[in-house]
Amino acid sequence: MRTRREFLALTARLGAGAALLHGLPGVSFAAATGSPPFVVVILRGALDGLSAVPPFGDPGYAAARGPIAIARPGEAHGALDLDGFFGLHPALPLLGERWHAGELLVVHATASAYRERSHFDGQNVLENGGDRPSGTASGWLNRALGALAGRGVDGLALGQNVPLILRGPVPVGSWAPSRLPEVEPELLTRLRDLYSQDDALSARLDEAMRIGALADEQTGGTVPRGAGNERLKLIAQTAGQLIAAPNGPRIAVFDATGWDTHAAEGGAEGTLAARLTGLDQVLDALRRGLGPEWARTAVLVCTEFGRTVEANGTRGTDHGTGAAAWLLGGAVRGGRVLADWPGLALAQRHEGRDLRATTDLRGVAKGLLKDHLGIGERALGEVFPSSERVAPIKDLVRA
Amino acid sequence: MPLRVEPLTRAAIAANRFGFGARPGDLAAIVGDPRGWLLEQLRTPYRVPRELEGLASSREILATYLQVRQERAEEKKRGQEDLAITNPAVQTLRAALMPHYVAQADARTRIAVTSANSFRERLVHFWTNHFAVSVDKPVCLGIAGAFENEAIRPNVCGRFADLLLAVERHPAMIMYLDNQRSAGPHSTLAVRAARRAYDPAGPQLGAGPQLRAGPQLGLNENLAREILELHTLGVDGGYTQSDVTSFAAVLTGWSIGGGAGPNAEGERGAFLFREALHEPGSKTVLGRRYEDAGIGQGEAVLRDLAAHPATARHLATKLARHFVADDPPADLVDRLTHIYQAYDGDLGRVSAALVTWDGAWLRDAHKYKQPQEFIYSTLRALDVLPKEPKVLLASFETLGQRHWSPGSPAGWPDRQADWDGADALMKRIEWSVALAGRIDDATPALAIADASLGPIAGGHTRTALANADSGAQALTLLLMSPEFQRR
Repeated sequence: MRTRREFLALTARLGAGAALLHGLPGVSFAAATGSPPFVVVILRGALDGLSAVPPFGDPGYAAARGPIAIARPGEAHGALDLDGFFGLHPALPLLGERWHAGELLVVHATASAYRERSHFDGQNVLENGGDRPSGTASGWLNRALGALAGRGVDGLALGQNVPLILRGPVPVGSWAPSRLPEVEPELLTRLRDLYSQDDALSARLDEAMRIGALADEQTGGTVPRGAGNERLKLIAQTAGQLIAAPNGPRIAVFDATGWDTHAAEGGAEGTLAARLTGLDQVLDALRRGLGPEWARTAVLVCTEFGRTVEANGTRGTDHGTGAAAWLLGGAVRGGRVLADWPGLALAQRHEGRDLRATTDLRGVAKGLLKDHLGIGERALGEVFPSSERVAPIKDLVRA
Repeated sequence: MPLRVEPLTRAAIAANRFGFGARPGDLAAIVGDPRGWLLEQLRTPYRVPRELEGLASSREILATYLQVRQERAEEKKRGQEDLAITNPAVQTLRAALMPHYVAQADARTRIAVTSANSFRERLVHFWTNHFAVSVDKPVCLGIAGAFENEAIRPNVCGRFADLLLAVERHPAMIMYLDNQRSAGPHSTLAVRAARRAYDPAGPQLGAGPQLRAGPQLGLNENLAREILELHTLGVDGGYTQSDVTSFAAVLTGWSIGGGAGPNAEGERGAFLFREALHEPGSKTVLGRRYEDAGIGQGEAVLRDLAAHPATARHLATKLARHFVADDPPADLVDRLTHIYQAYDGDLGRVSAALVTWDGAWLRDAHKYKQPQEFIYSTLRALDVLPKEPKVLLASFETLGQRHWSPGSPAGWPDRQADWDGADALMKRIEWSVALAGRIDDATPALAIADASLGPIAGGHTRTALANADSGAQALTLLLMSPEFQRR
């Protein structure tokens, strides 16, 4: 049985490739000097930014957080110091290395346009790029792909399906490793014929074949094994390879769930710490997979909103507003914290309970799209509708 | 007026759009009165499916869970002070609970594949997903199945208020949404804890990192928020943050018996109203004042939420979206909302209204099957059922929809765009190939198409099946055909 890769190579040689490839969207062969990689990681469930990036220098921090406060740098299980005011959770040593390499920019007290407290509406706003949960069926990253049309930039979702942020008129692929044997090319040809009257299935099949061929080419058909976080690390590493490939999709998304820490959140150890350890390793695996392309990469790690300033009655935190986000990668002008810090005192909070959001996350995203991907201001207005008053933040990436 | 649809097509629609797909012989059996076949399922009194006999109850499973947890906590206490659940503890718990998960998921699959009342079974799955708990939380790994069988199954054709009350007092929901320790700030236990914390003879605040300031006992608003947002009114249902906080106070005390230390009271693993955690006094939710009546206060709020017009519309929209179309016709939603309100939230009547709405019988299918629906309908069409539970359950993992694992209290999403990723399609193809290669039965794919889809299988697909290289290839093409992928 031939693999998909061999099939594609063979048909290309025989000249039949033209027929097969006809209609495959965006088969591109961007060189390493093409569009730089941009990856968005969505942490679903609302990451507690006050634990992940503890503002230990704020006079109200330790008291407000009580049983889940992260100790100051230098104390037992203390935060990793960033700038004498903000720290990183001690479960994030690899991210700490990126900070020291000047490749991590921390954004704090940030939020999308959303100001209510529903995870699902919050995620919709984060992903649709608008100012309301519904009414926009496409995601801002898909519209960004639209703005890049003609430049050979493809999109990829890590996982079987495509999250809202990457859905829309521009066809995008998705990829997750498979435990099942590969399908014979002959059957795929028959399926393409079977779907000839069905635009949706037909487009999906073409995308799947394209990504499948790329994955075969990059991995030699080996499948990430293992379970749990080990498996996620292998997937992230492979994803890095796919993105870095000469004809790879330069824009990618993946998401991670399990951040909704209402009870027994833990401090330096415990539930949240375990998740952060996993994330730290997965992000590093992505870096390793990207290889030399890491130098040109920007990764935006974000969440739908933050959590309450004060710990609740069950040693956890409830839904809040201002959150933390990370920008990392060799292209990022890191080693900095970007925050107009609102303070944690009661009077400084949003509605007396949440970290106030002082930096619009759309400004961060617009700054990246503009300076990292070269999308013009006018097109940015379509990528983020109703964001006229949110200027792209400057100097997020290296010139 | 809808186009006239011939009886065999109506039979196929009944089996596929409303049920989990046709088994051999089903279409012939229901062709006489497809609609009556569906309505009859709503009227039949509930009986426990025999696949569920012998499964452990949530109380038994929770008792195991609480015991393992307590042992781990005691071990840890001897070593260090922090009681947070760490990885090794989670591993131990998972190992103790996994056999229950496998048994429950296996039974659920067998019912879905063999049931003669698969419309009713679809409703069970729909309501379980509406009131989602997710097995990525360790405790739910053990009791998600028991939750479905105890709280959902008996109530899918009854009144929504009864279903709601059964769900919100079930230990699975209480623990999934963290209510078991939520304490009123003025509850007996919180007041006592606060006194201890500020006892001048006791430890001083700020004396060291092991002594922690901040609230020791208090509200957790998770359950209250998700009841309002997801279970009843819907996110645009008109509630505010203060309603969430106030409702959370109402629900303080809704807990589980037989915990560790001071929570030892009550039968281990069973629902328990803990008076000592309950916030005393009257509370106002959605503009209505509720006098304190202990557990009765929460029950009264839930009954009012069930009767709220926003709840009627929210549920009607979700039902119509699930069975008919991603963006359901407004007149169908209006109709279901009206029936819900006119008949006091009678879910049997609401479900019947769905079936008796002509627009639900249009020949064109608008819903893309979710992975579980695809697996059930495939196994029904082929009349196969792997004996080994692990083999059976591996399919759900492969296709990305393990039982009770939506990952969030919102449940699995219910639109085509949520499921039709390119990679997801390739996984279905790979799975179909693997399955077709293992079928010994020589029944031709065209005959299976007739028995499963009837006239819904179109000419283009039939030609493809007829031209296939082998029986296995024809079968794969049938399973992956546009007609079989939709319902």
